[in-house]
Amino acid sequence: MENSKLPLIIRREYMAKVRNKSFVIMTFLSPILMVGMIALIAYLTKVNDSDKKVVGILNQSDYFSTDFNITDRTSYIFFEDISLEKAKDSTLHLGLSGLLYIPDYENLEEVVMESYFYSKEPPSAAVLDPLEDVFQERLRQRKLLTFGVSPEEFKLLNQPFEINILTFSGKQNLKGINELKAIIGGGFGYLIMMFIIIYGGFVMRSVIEEKTSRIIEVIISSVKPFQLMLGKIIGTSLAGITQFVIWILSASLLLFAVFMIFGIDLTGLSTQQSLPSPLGAPAPVDVPMDAMQLYAMEFLEIPWVLLISLFLVYFILGYLIYSSIYAAIGAAVDNETDTQQFIFPIILPLMLAIYVGFFSVFSNPHGPIAVGFSLFPLTSPIVMLMRLPGGIGDGGVPLWQVLTSILFLIITFIAIVWFAAKIYRVGILMYGKKPTYKELYKWLRY
Amino acid sequence: MNNILVAQEVTKKFGNQYALNKVSLSIPENCIYGLLGPNGAGKTTLIRIINQITFPDSGSVLFDGRPLRPQDIASIGYLPEERGLYKSMKVGEQALYLAQLKGLTKSEAKKRLKYWFERLEIGDWWNRKVQELSKGMAQKIQFIVTVLHQPKLLIFDEPFSGFDPINANIIKDEIINLKDQGASIIFSTHRMESVEELCEYIALLHNSEKILDGKLDDIKKQYKNNTFEVIADFENTNTGLENLKSHYNIGIDEIKGQNGHCHFNVRLPSDDTKRFLADLSTIASVNSFVETVPSASDIFIKTVKDKNGK
Repeated sequence: MENSKLPLIIRREYMAKVRNKSFVIMTFLSPILMVGMIALIAYLTKVNDSDKKVVGILNQSDYFSTDFNITDRTSYIFFEDISLEKAKDSTLHLGLSGLLYIPDYENLEEVVMESYFYSKEPPSAAVLDPLEDVFQERLRQRKLLTFGVSPEEFKLLNQPFEINILTFSGKQNLKGINELKAIIGGGFGYLIMMFIIIYGGFVMRSVIEEKTSRIIEVIISSVKPFQLMLGKIIGTSLAGITQFVIWILSASLLLFAVFMIFGIDLTGLSTQQSLPSPLGAPAPVDVPMDAMQLYAMEFLEIPWVLLISLFLVYFILGYLIYSSIYAAIGAAVDNETDTQQFIFPIILPLMLAIYVGFFSVFSNPHGPIAVGFSLFPLTSPIVMLMRLPGGIGDGGVPLWQVLTSILFLIITFIAIVWFAAKIYRVGILMYGKKPTYKELYKWLRY
Repeated sequence: MNNILVAQEVTKKFGNQYALNKVSLSIPENCIYGLLGPNGAGKTTLIRIINQITFPDSGSVLFDGRPLRPQDIASIGYLPEERGLYKSMKVGEQALYLAQLKGLTKSEAKKRLKYWFERLEIGDWWNRKVQELSKGMAQKIQFIVTVLHQPKLLIFDEPFSGFDPINANIIKDEIINLKDQGASIIFSTHRMESVEELCEYIALLHNSEKILDGKLDDIKKQYKNNTFEVIADFENTNTGLENLKSHYNIGIDEIKGQNGHCHFNVRLPSDDTKRFLADLSTIASVNSFVETVPSASDIFIKTVKDKNGK
């Protein structure tokens, strides 16, 4: 009979949550808002990109002839055999972004010194940078020529170089794969943090509701306070998982639909941002197909099964720890405004974990700070998950660290739940007092 | 007669503060037992210990002859003073939930709820939300949920608060009815007139200690002091009264009346009512002569005052 009560409580908490109007609205509105935001950003980026700057060029010098290559952002109109005044007039009439005037002189230095860029408004870097690059290249080439470097040799000078990186076993290592893995781990860590903050808050408000509606004493004359607390936490998390699943499913569907409708090319978006090609330099070396394949292979080689099962372990333990604290806070106060002083210390380790994760784990996934924070139980659910995509053992997280952090987490879980249950048990029957930390400490001994 | 509940030297401290100090009580089966005392006397703590919401630091509680066990909560119904319902839940759903927590099956709970909802005339509230209910309605539902699992022991903490007089009477009748059906009832209240009406036994808690307990009639007998209330018509008010005063203990201030019609209290030295009545009838015609029995309220106030005076 005792055992049949917990499912009853879980069921009630779950139903109370999923029937709540604002919960329902948030469940269905959030994906729309989220997808709307992404679509808007994608759309704006596209609009921005299609807004090409056109610059007029009046080139009277032989030093610059074929140097101006059209780029993604700028294109050029070349004026020929007209005076500077006329060129200025035409530039204005055509509504161009500006006019580059290159006069004719004997030597390059003079030409460069006397070149001007005319425009109505101060020109943006997107317009000026490629132009300046052209001048700079020409000047460098010229200088090197005086040192005896031929233009052909100069071209060779500009070959980009990447060092070959290998593992000790001779497998090719990939640049940026650590960052990619950390981002995947970071995604999981971030998910845990969001889940804790949102649904921990729900648990807390639900406890406060029971206190303010005065039903609490009726309930705990039938069930143990600990059962009620546990049922509340589990019921609320199940509601949370339901919401998350709905969010992920509907957001992916919507996103797919939006991109189909507007024809926004996702791959196009990402390459444009990551590879701005400098003018004058030879076209960037294409990533060879086998490198792409290597990335794909690495991606597939991320230990997904291990990662997801450990995600569940860290998620469940981390969430239970934090939501018990939230439940205890809810029990200690009479209304939500009194919760602020207690909530900040909870959010702190979570924020710390995220920041440490993004700043330290990304650059050095197995450094001392990353290791320390992935063992410390209040931050380990987030930080360890950021390290884990590298795998366990050779080249990844040492097995002992994973086991130790889980052990710490379990010990902390038991201790925190014990403390929280005590505070909860006393707190739910206390009315009208705004508790202090000192008071909470006293409750532990009741 | 068996005792449904026995508390033996129950002590509970919160920090350095005693909430209960060696309180011992015996609550007989099938009676209404009044648990009285000023605010903060320890009543609620004692009730919470019986419900195993909190636990005593020392001392023990026997339920039905053996130490209180966790499963005994199914045999206890508790209506706390601080009570409420989930505001956004439907009435029927909520009553079912609370009944199931007490161990009833869903179908059994439904059947009994139907009976009680009709009995208290709130049948059409089943699908309403609690926030639409008046306070009295909500109280009725709480009362039903408390008694639904037919517990051996019922504990009512201020059961009449929030009821209008008509509904308070309905609930009072239901409580008496439950007692007649065999339940034992602990009744905690400040409202002394309901104690007088309902309780067979009382215990008085004050400053965490029990200062008085027993059968209400016996306690009243202990507290009466041969005071009688007299209404009489004197032939000659002045001389008649002076005469009486010289022989008996009559408070002058208490004499009310005019034209020979007097209303006063007299305290006799012993149970010697015969002589006083004989004396009185020679000078006045007696309309009324009644022994003043102290009310529960008088006893309550007097004992607490005495205790504070010490």
